[in-house]
Amino acid sequence: MDKIYSYRIQIVAILAALFFFGTIVRLIIKGKLRTEYSFIWMAMGLLFLLFSVWRSLLDTLAHFFGVYYAPSLIFIFFFFMIFIFLIHLSVVNSRQHEEIKKLTQEIALMKKKLESGSGSI
Amino acid sequence: MKTGINKILIVIPCYNEQDNILPLLGELTKINIENCEITPLVVNDASTDDTQNRLKSSGVLFLENVVNLGIGGTVQLGFIYAAENGFDIAVQMDGDGQHPPSELHKIIAPVIKGDAQMVIGSRFISQTGFKSTFLRRVGIRFFYRLNKWLTGVEVKDSTSGYRAYNAQAIRLAADYYPDEYPEPEMILYLAHKQVKIAEVAVNMNDRASGVSSINSFRSVYYMFKVSLNILFLHLKLKFNG
Repeated sequence: MDKIYSYRIQIVAILAALFFFGTIVRLIIKGKLRTEYSFIWMAMGLLFLLFSVWRSLLDTLAHFFGVYYAPSLIFIFFFFMIFIFLIHLSVVNSRQHEEIKKLTQEIALMKKKLESGSGSI
Repeated sequence: MKTGINKILIVIPCYNEQDNILPLLGELTKINIENCEITPLVVNDASTDDTQNRLKSSGVLFLENVVNLGIGGTVQLGFIYAAENGFDIAVQMDGDGQHPPSELHKIIAPVIKGDAQMVIGSRFISQTGFKSTFLRRVGIRFFYRLNKWLTGVEVKDSTSGYRAYNAQAIRLAADYYPDEYPEPEMILYLAHKQVKIAEVAVNMNDRASGVSSINSFRSVYYMFKVSLNILFLHLKLKFNG
């Protein structure tokens, strides 16, 4: 019985990882997610898949790093990844803020030139 | 000292100032300063009230942001316009009636004479016509010390937005202008760029109507943010040129 239960959770984990990966791919195909932002999510999806197929990998890694409680390795890893990605998004956001400002100013100046008929675009 | 006519652009940023903007422009047209040709330019920061329509029907020179940029990007647009159209002096004047056009001659005089490249109209050199909240006075005193410590430049009223820029300072402002609460930070930026800054006493009005951009609830955030901006800009200018 134990054997069957533990396979069940593995099957669920693999299906979830595949679903996650499929969702990312679908978002890219639909044009809702730019490829450059999708790399990290695809990598995450592959990691999910790897850990759900190769079950003892987590314990092996925990043992290697000297982590007593193996799941805490997951938390540390994902906290770190998410922090890095959030900083990256803040940088992207700041850049877009500057770009929108420049574009708005440029549009205002062009509108004025068009109205007064003095400039050609 | 510059000879000939000084072309002066009055940059008036405005956001939802439908009741203040036309009276202000009316006052401005009455101002006559010797050897000066004064052009008001209203920069409408995507106002949601009737400001846009009133500006259109009044026939005044104005620019319009298609999305709201906040005070920094709006004033900067005025400086970009001044730089592109060869103005000798640009004056920044609030659209809410706080900065009386009758005081204009006082802040442009040192620029015309060549005594300073940027002049700030100050409420504190003489004690007339302006009362301020306690928090604001604390903030102003703090920025005075911060800027003095970092650049050696002493500006008593660092939050005043009634300012005159000469052609060189106009180009610098067109190049870089902070987004939010730009006034204290601009002093540090221009000081780093070797711009000579002066302060003259002017009278200011209480706001004619509407709500000021700084209320007491946001004061602490304001001081914190501006201080951080000033420190980071100082480091950037010091080590990156």
